[in-house]
Amino acid sequence: MIVNGESHTREVEPRTLLVHFLRDELAQTGTNIGCDTSSCGACTIHIDGRSVKSCTMLAVQADGAAITTIEGLADAARANGSSTGDMDWHPMQEAFQQCHGLQCGYCTPGMVMAAVSLTGEKPNPSETEVREGLEGNLCRCTGYHNIVKAVLSTTGGES
Amino acid sequence: MTATIGTAMIRKEDPPLLTGENKFVDDIHAPGELWMGMVRSTSAHAKITSIDTSAAEQMPGVHSVYTGAQLDEMNLWLAPLPCAWPVTDDMVNPPHYPVAIDEVHHVGEIVAVVLATSRYLAADAIEHVVVDYDYLPAVTSVAQARDSGVLAHSELDANKAYHWPLVPDPDALDAAFENAAHTITADFVQQRLIPAAMEPRGVLAVPSPMGGDVTLYSATQVPHILKVMIAATTGIPEQKLRIIAPAVGGGFGAKLNVNPDEILAVTLAQKIGLPVRWTESRTEAAGSTHHGRGQLQHVELAADSDGKLLGVRVHVDADMGAYMMLLTPGVPLLGSFLYSGVYDVPAFGFTCDGYFTNLTPTDAYRGAGRPEASYAIERAMDILATEVGIGPDEIRRRNYIAGGEFFENFDAASTLTFDSGHYGPTLDRAMEIAKYDELRTEQQRRRDSGEGKQLGIGLCTYVEICGLAPSRALGGLNYGAGGWEHAVVRMLPTGKVEVVSGSTPHGQGHETSWSQIIASKMGISTDDVTVLHSDTALSPLGLDTYGSRSLSVGGVAIAMAADKVIDKAKLIAAHQFEASPDDLEFADGSFSVKGTPTKSVHIQELGFAAFTAHDLPDGMEPNLQEQVTFDPPNFAFPFGTHVAVVEIDEVTGGVELIDYIAVDDCGNQVNPLIVEGQVHGGIVQGVAQALFEIALYDDDGNPTNPSLMDYLVPSAAEVPSMQLDYTVTPSTSNPLGVKGVGEAGTIGSAAAVMNAVVDALSPYGVTDMEMPATPKRVWHAIQGGGS
Repeated sequence: MIVNGESHTREVEPRTLLVHFLRDELAQTGTNIGCDTSSCGACTIHIDGRSVKSCTMLAVQADGAAITTIEGLADAARANGSSTGDMDWHPMQEAFQQCHGLQCGYCTPGMVMAAVSLTGEKPNPSETEVREGLEGNLCRCTGYHNIVKAVLSTTGGES
Repeated sequence: MTATIGTAMIRKEDPPLLTGENKFVDDIHAPGELWMGMVRSTSAHAKITSIDTSAAEQMPGVHSVYTGAQLDEMNLWLAPLPCAWPVTDDMVNPPHYPVAIDEVHHVGEIVAVVLATSRYLAADAIEHVVVDYDYLPAVTSVAQARDSGVLAHSELDANKAYHWPLVPDPDALDAAFENAAHTITADFVQQRLIPAAMEPRGVLAVPSPMGGDVTLYSATQVPHILKVMIAATTGIPEQKLRIIAPAVGGGFGAKLNVNPDEILAVTLAQKIGLPVRWTESRTEAAGSTHHGRGQLQHVELAADSDGKLLGVRVHVDADMGAYMMLLTPGVPLLGSFLYSGVYDVPAFGFTCDGYFTNLTPTDAYRGAGRPEASYAIERAMDILATEVGIGPDEIRRRNYIAGGEFFENFDAASTLTFDSGHYGPTLDRAMEIAKYDELRTEQQRRRDSGEGKQLGIGLCTYVEICGLAPSRALGGLNYGAGGWEHAVVRMLPTGKVEVVSGSTPHGQGHETSWSQIIASKMGISTDDVTVLHSDTALSPLGLDTYGSRSLSVGGVAIAMAADKVIDKAKLIAAHQFEASPDDLEFADGSFSVKGTPTKSVHIQELGFAAFTAHDLPDGMEPNLQEQVTFDPPNFAFPFGTHVAVVEIDEVTGGVELIDYIAVDDCGNQVNPLIVEGQVHGGIVQGVAQALFEIALYDDDGNPTNPSLMDYLVPSAAEVPSMQLDYTVTPSTSNPLGVKGVGEAGTIGSAAAVMNAVVDALSPYGVTDMEMPATPKRVWHAIQGGGS
């Protein structure tokens, strides 16, 4: 599979979860694990451009896939010319910092990946659409207020 | 960046968190590491009759398997897991070992430990450990612990662990109730909650076999406390232990304990000479990490004919769970002083009985005793308002300390001295933002027309205790530690500043706030400040982060240490100018001679002079480094008024929170952006208690909603955006005038939401509602015309 633009070939046990493969085999530890029931979304990544909870897939199911994790998001944005700000990040990363959309930061990689996917599918979401679109990603610190504000700020909306 | 105290600076912590660079415990690996797998009790109460580990031992990748009895014989520890708060001299505290030896007392208690070469093989192996139990009846609620003859611990003769009274003047209290025109009684249930920080707990213990040292990485809020406690529990010399809390993904109290896994990782790693690690699964956490709340509250208010409070009498039955963990017995007591709330109450009494159950141990969860207290008094005040026949705003105004006006150093009947307060303006402002009168008009219109959903409006004015704590006060409560905080400020030779923080962040933004304090004090850029924390080798002294104490104790220590560095630098500057220090001014980072502005030196230039020490004043030690240990003279008492607005669907019983207004006062603010984030998150945790969350068990003591599929942590779709504002009433308990804000939201919100729910349902004759106000409960209340 191609992860953040780099090709990897490994033999894996059939039962290996994709998230464990990314974290333990490829040391892409930005993708976090917050539950064991596909409820929290901390492990959200992009597979062939779509957001996926990487705990719901086996590594073998991602054979041949192109994967982007939080580690590769800014590079991907730079490659397509959409990066912004002093840090030259993806605009969603920039928005999360500017709007204080993270505290402990554990849900953040998954939340950012889900938000990027959401605004890709719905370029001008309403506040309700953002809230419902992020329903699969849990955060315990922020009360979501500033996460929603951050997502809307990337689309010119306001919460 | 030049950002001083009071600037809404974006956080320095964010970049590595937003790019995946930060390392949480589960991200860190050590060569040769072994994974612990915990075989956990499937019974809430049973005798262990046999454990067969032979099949597991034969499995590929399994290094070793240990039962509790085997570990006991290995002499890995000197004492059971610690309880640092024996609240009474006769408190019952049955021994709690990392692994059960002969009797289990809750589902999830460890009965055997597997070490294997991968997380998958460890998970496989624990399935092959066969445990036989002789089942015993289980105590599955605090009411059952109190009322039935079933024992949670068969070696004890009762379930009651302690009785703790705080009744300063019993005669005055009795008289208050005898002379009252109005009395009300109310019973509230503080359901068990699962704290559910998004990062599960985890450990990695790395031994240095030659030196006997062990480094423990743990997802903990309290590395310093953990070091002392591991040394005391295991007998490993304290100087051989290094505890590192790397990036920690939230805590909310659930990561302030001394846990079996931490003791096991350290002692097994040292014993076998290999690194040992473990990360809990979310479902496992329901039995491996402590729960919060779990109280039955009985509240009585006495008031005169105008609704002016004469007395408050409270009794709490508190669910300890199966064992006393680090702070378990003290949690209800942290709230005891606050059952009189923001009110001028002449007579006060609080008693608490702690009971063992066969459920996961309880301990601190965001607010720890104070949300419970705030809930009880603020719900009860609404009930009293109805009894007296006045509005919920009016009952509060009539009873606020100092009539709602500004005060300092108020001696409450609950024996504490409130530092400062000014409650009236928070209510005024919250009602103004909420458009309270318009809401009441709309509520009446809906009631009259029978059209649309019922509207409910709930108020809560809370006060809480932060800044834990004056060490002497803690000693008076039998708490096993002090409440000071330690800080070091050092200017490096190149003029950069290192701050060593004894308080330990896990999402609160200490690096940003501490940098702002230094920038403000020293007149330098926040970019020139680095904060060292969360590693006992870098920061040997500290009492860590809980109870909204970091800023009002630790941040103050940093400010004071910065002042000492400035004082020393001033002596060096005076020496260079051949002037008297009294003739020097310090502004914007520069010392200059009064009246001779051309003679000026920036404090960062003095770092090198202090380092070379070629020409320092006689007798002065080289280097610019100062330390302060600040022990606050009093607690700090933040406060505020929250307004919740709910809509209730009469057909489904569904409650929707449609607006939330919070006007908080945490004294002076260092970073308003961080304050705002703390309030938002705190509010939603209280909303979650009011509407969604409860840790459920069946009659045998099995958790029935341990995963995030069933335990309803709210998502973005369940909560609205919030409207926040502030008043500023500086604390008198510290020189920065700061109070603390980490728990305020949670302390204010559950009562505000439930007051709104009951308000919406009042046309149906509903006078109370148990949390969480689920659609089922609400629907039944509507159908039954009561609660």
